[in-house]
Amino acid sequence: MLWGSKRTGPDLARIGEKYSDQWHVAHLNNPRDVVPVSVMPAYGWLLTTELRTDDLPLHLKAQRAVGVPYTDDMIANAALDAYGQTNPDSPQAEGVTKRYGKATTVRAFDGQPNRLTEMDALVAYLQILGRLTDAAYTPIAEAGANK
Amino acid sequence: MSVEHDLLVAISKTFGLFFLIALSIAVLIYTFWPSNKERFDRAAQSILRDDDRPMPVDHQPDRDSYTGYLTTGHEWNGIKELNTPVPRVVYFFLTLAFLFSVGYWILMPAWPLGVTYTKGLLGNDQRRIVAASLRDAAGARSSWTKKIETESYATIQSDRGLMEIVRETGHTMFDNNCAVCHGLDAKGGPGFPNLTTSSWLWGGKPEDIFNTIRVGINSAHKDTHVSQMPAFGRDQMLPRADVLKVVAFVYSLSNPGAKDLDPNAEAGRKIFAANCVACHGEDARGNPEVGAPNLTDKLWIYGGDLESIDTTVWGGRQGHMPTWENRLSDLDRKILTLYVLDKRTATP
Repeated sequence: MLWGSKRTGPDLARIGEKYSDQWHVAHLNNPRDVVPVSVMPAYGWLLTTELRTDDLPLHLKAQRAVGVPYTDDMIANAALDAYGQTNPDSPQAEGVTKRYGKATTVRAFDGQPNRLTEMDALVAYLQILGRLTDAAYTPIAEAGANK
Repeated sequence: MSVEHDLLVAISKTFGLFFLIALSIAVLIYTFWPSNKERFDRAAQSILRDDDRPMPVDHQPDRDSYTGYLTTGHEWNGIKELNTPVPRVVYFFLTLAFLFSVGYWILMPAWPLGVTYTKGLLGNDQRRIVAASLRDAAGARSSWTKKIETESYATIQSDRGLMEIVRETGHTMFDNNCAVCHGLDAKGGPGFPNLTTSSWLWGGKPEDIFNTIRVGINSAHKDTHVSQMPAFGRDQMLPRADVLKVVAFVYSLSNPGAKDLDPNAEAGRKIFAANCVACHGEDARGNPEVGAPNLTDKLWIYGGDLESIDTTVWGGRQGHMPTWENRLSDLDRKILTLYVLDKRTATP
């Protein structure tokens, strides 16, 4: 038994790529559209609110200070990369692949390639949850037997 | 969080038990700590000392004649208090609890030691217990998992017992993985196909469904089904007037009466033939090779009214289904295939 184990929302630890971008957008825009019994609030403004990127380099710098290996190049181009990652046909998209590698997802997460919204950022984040580890694909029985 | 019997039992068995053991040990140590002896003795005797209250000069320790115990010497309206020792049973159970905890430390995992912990003589390990019970569960399931893995779809579907299991197991897996998009009843919703019909974008044979679950649609899988309907209006492949015509024509395919009302419908036929037949086919019945839906039936993923069809033709559609190859085993996906087939009902 865990203290504080009450769960209103489900565990999102491995939600990345489990559902489609369209589903996440529809769900965040109005959860009842896809899950009729949901009690989650609607986050309708995400789709229309532009993402603030002017302070992104500072965020990356702070992350680097605590050990995330961002390069100078990544920090300098943070705002452009944020735009490029959500607009695969734009010239900025190449920079994202060049700096972050082929495994980094470049998609119009919110379905509007020409706009960088808060929805883009949130869906991109949801789609990477649990994707940076293969722990989800190691059955527990095996993990226990190896010890 | 509702407080229920199980919760209270769990608390008393874990936190409560260790709390009491720790408390009794702490009290015992504190009581018998040598440097505390003088203070405790004084405290125990203080009520017997003469100097903290007015006392008759000739006061002697007062013994109760009925029980034979000394009294504390105080007297309240003629009532005296016996100075009885702590009952032995209290010491007995304190000692017992202490001995139990010592035994527990020796036998079970108990003390954290930085990066490791005392393992205990019994070798009790939760992770190994989980692994063992998972092995047991797999053993118990193997009687039917083997059959489902090896038998053909038709054989399983005709086996009443196996289908019972498929319905039960498949229901849980469907709820967990598929229901958010396709709905708890598998009937889909706006943007997500209904799975209970005979209309299948990528083929309705068991092998087709199994493969679609494996690779997904427009997914990250290397063999994914790929299907992109172009944005005929937004990308200016068709002028606005032609979009309206072809929309009217497509609408008339499933609403035969509409053709008489809208002159655009007949005009749209030519535009359809020039732009749409490559995927949707000459007869507009779709093509499971490219995931193009049948446009002549009443089943619509994105809505079948004029406005929805217009949105689709103007802006295109790129449905997305994740690949399940890494998340679900072959067996799981076969069970889901059978489950979905079982949900299918004959619909025109």
